Amino acid sequence: MAVKRADDYEVRRKHLANLSDEELKKRFWELAEKIVDPMLELGYKNTTPAIERSILLRMGFSSLEVKPIVEGVMRKGLMGKGAGNVVWRLSKKLGVSVREAGLGLAEGKYWDEVDKLF
Amino acid sequence: MKLDPNKKLDIKELLQDLENYRPRRRGWHWREGRNKKRNIGDFEFHETSEGLKNYIPLPGSRGFNYIDPQPDCVITTEIASGRFEDDIRRMRMAAWHGADHIMVIRTAGQSHIDSLIEGTTQGIGGIAVTRKQCRATRKALDMIEDEVGRPINFHSYISGVAGPDIAVMFAEEGVNGAHQDPQYNILYRNVNIVRSFVDACEAKKIMAWADILQIDGAHNANATAMKAWKVRPELMVQHAINSIFSRKVGIKPENISLSTVPPTAPPAPRMRIDLPYAVALRDFFSEYKMRAQQNTKYMESDMREATVTHTLDLLISRLTSTDIQSTITPDEGRNVPWHYNNIAAVNTAKQALNGMDGLREMVKLDREGPLGKEVRELKERAVLFMEEILKVGGYFKAVENGFFIDSGNYPERNGDGIPRQIDGGIGAGMIFERDKDYFAPVSVHYGYNNIPAEFKKASDAIGGDTFEDPSKIVYIDELDEYDNVNTRLKELEKYYDTDVVKPEVEWRADGVVATTIFLPLDERTAEFAAIKCGEKMGLEDVTVVHKQAMHPSEGTVVEIKGKVKFDININELVIPEKIPTLTDEEIREDISKNPMFVVAATVGNDEHSVGLKETLDIKHGGIEKYGIKYLYLGTSCPVEKLVDAAIETNADAILASTIITHDEVHTKNMRKIHELCIEKGIRDKVILVAGGTQVTNEIAVEAGMDAGFGRGTHGNDVASFLVKRRREKRNNEN
Repeated sequence: MAVKRADDYEVRRKHLANLSDEELKKRFWELAEKIVDPMLELGYKNTTPAIERSILLRMGFSSLEVKPIVEGVMRKGLMGKGAGNVVWRLSKKLGVSVREAGLGLAEGKYWDEVDKLF
Repeated sequence: MKLDPNKKLDIKELLQDLENYRPRRRGWHWREGRNKKRNIGDFEFHETSEGLKNYIPLPGSRGFNYIDPQPDCVITTEIASGRFEDDIRRMRMAAWHGADHIMVIRTAGQSHIDSLIEGTTQGIGGIAVTRKQCRATRKALDMIEDEVGRPINFHSYISGVAGPDIAVMFAEEGVNGAHQDPQYNILYRNVNIVRSFVDACEAKKIMAWADILQIDGAHNANATAMKAWKVRPELMVQHAINSIFSRKVGIKPENISLSTVPPTAPPAPRMRIDLPYAVALRDFFSEYKMRAQQNTKYMESDMREATVTHTLDLLISRLTSTDIQSTITPDEGRNVPWHYNNIAAVNTAKQALNGMDGLREMVKLDREGPLGKEVRELKERAVLFMEEILKVGGYFKAVENGFFIDSGNYPERNGDGIPRQIDGGIGAGMIFERDKDYFAPVSVHYGYNNIPAEFKKASDAIGGDTFEDPSKIVYIDELDEYDNVNTRLKELEKYYDTDVVKPEVEWRADGVVATTIFLPLDERTAEFAAIKCGEKMGLEDVTVVHKQAMHPSEGTVVEIKGKVKFDININELVIPEKIPTLTDEEIREDISKNPMFVVAATVGNDEHSVGLKETLDIKHGGIEKYGIKYLYLGTSCPVEKLVDAAIETNADAILASTIITHDEVHTKNMRKIHELCIEKGIRDKVILVAGGTQVTNEIAVEAGMDAGFGRGTHGNDVASFLVKRRREKRNNEN
């Protein structure tokens, strides 16, 4: 939890006192990298509804269409596969265009087929 | 569609065929021709960029042949009226004054909407950032940049829980700059910590592809912390986290800009606090860009005070460096910014930057003294902050422990930071681990992507995505039947393309006017008396926007705003016709045939001499140029002396300059000259001309003069009048 603490800068800085300005700058950026590395790792491994919507937008769907598709994918527990992947696989399976497959999902169709995709 | 400077931008025409409009370029634009010396007018400039094709120069440029040097840095203006059709007009005005970075503020609450929004609904404190609004604005800016002759950067926000969605739309619609900083979501919008960073990876990757310049959100810590100058070490940490994170995602460093604000303002001794901070930042962040924002934390309703603070902000920019000079309107402390205050802010930046051109060649920062010591200390405090983040287990733990926005000067802690829990906030529980067979069939994507072996790249699976084939973008026009631009245009039809006009500050025909009133009253009484004044003046919805005591009992100045109830029809106006001036040749010919002699002086107790000298002097194109001879009696000349001189020299005319207007002294002087000339029997013979900043022809004629000349008068105007008037007199005599 949040703490209260008097300014102990003079005590804390002892190990920095002898660093040159260049060394201090180097240390600053090394620490910054260490701080953000776990976040980059999380970004690498995970996805979110917003990311999946952004993928569907780029696949040629409107903002109104992408929302129900992603919500359906979440209900089916298939976010780990990727919403774009669901639409793409469905289009292949049904032999229709990506646009047609996605529109169908947005309108509530084809969700039974989705169960058989993975 | 091409703009004509003499015609208003046609909003209806702009909206036509919008579904097929494609932006003509992507990416950020820095001003051209920086880092070289340039001759503009009488001067050599050292920190400018290429000039504009069409512009409105600073008022003071009148003395410098109307030059308008464009500083080397990009200049930002922020627009937030809530109606994009009105914002666009303001953008055009701002571009003419030198803004080339137009930042559009989002409507309140948009960062919590888990989707793109569509249409042209009216916003609060900004517009709903939608595809239609972005496309219409970009289309307008494409025309405006042609008109002024310089590319204009369009900018808004990629934050909130729909960050990746918005990034895609911005990339598709040619938006050139954006705020993106997951820390902002976390600390100020209470978006879940993990969600913010995961979303930011995708959003930033898209920004990198679209060459969008990124500005971080660290400056908000200045505005939130109780004592803004104490969070300087933390600000450096926030800047570092977003900068290195963005770089590792793939944004090039020259597209990563810090949003930095000098943290204090007078009466604080700000240079001793803010300058070391600015230097420390530029030392550590030498690979990144600086967007110098102006201080708003200590901004009240006094526009004069805000302008002085902003000028000092600009001094810091010029003493250190800036790549993007942001501007905040001087009225932000009193209302949502008004049209002309955007221009005021842009001009404050342009004026100060012009004035400080080349300052660093003559003034060097002395790092040997207290500056160097303070810079080093700030850097060490920032390093210590990051050491403790790692010590407690990393960023998430640090946020949970309220490390950020604590008002203590780190390592001092006041226990008033903003803690956020890792599993809390908006969008929590909405993070999904990608499976081994996760696939995103798009051309730009961050992180794990299991592209099927049959494809060279992911988007091949769908035959190319919208970044590769923009014809796949689905355009939505309007979703709300009532709340949209078409309804608003219809409601205000009376004021579009007609002769009917109403005053405005924000929206077309909003009717708002502002008035400054001094009352010999204490502050509280004056406030209510001023409202009564406004009501008696016929204003509706009168409110006080600023008040300041001049003395506890002697008086208070109050500024009020209110709405007028009337329209003006410009056809019913009586506008005196502008009198055409004779050509230089005609004037010369007349004078050479009939020589003319005039006496001139600044009358009364008035030491102003510039205007009259310019009117007389050959070097400034004065009447001397046409062969008119004159006797100049100097400043503070008694009226009697001037009239006597006219009699002695048998002058054809008297030119009297009168600048001071206290107690109507200027009109009294004019009347006195007229009466004295009658008394001395020369009034029929001599032409009387008055000039001065507050003089108009109407005032002068009313006071007995033959003519009066105000601001913007040149020698040819006066010479032409003298010749014409002499002809009339002679014709009358015959």
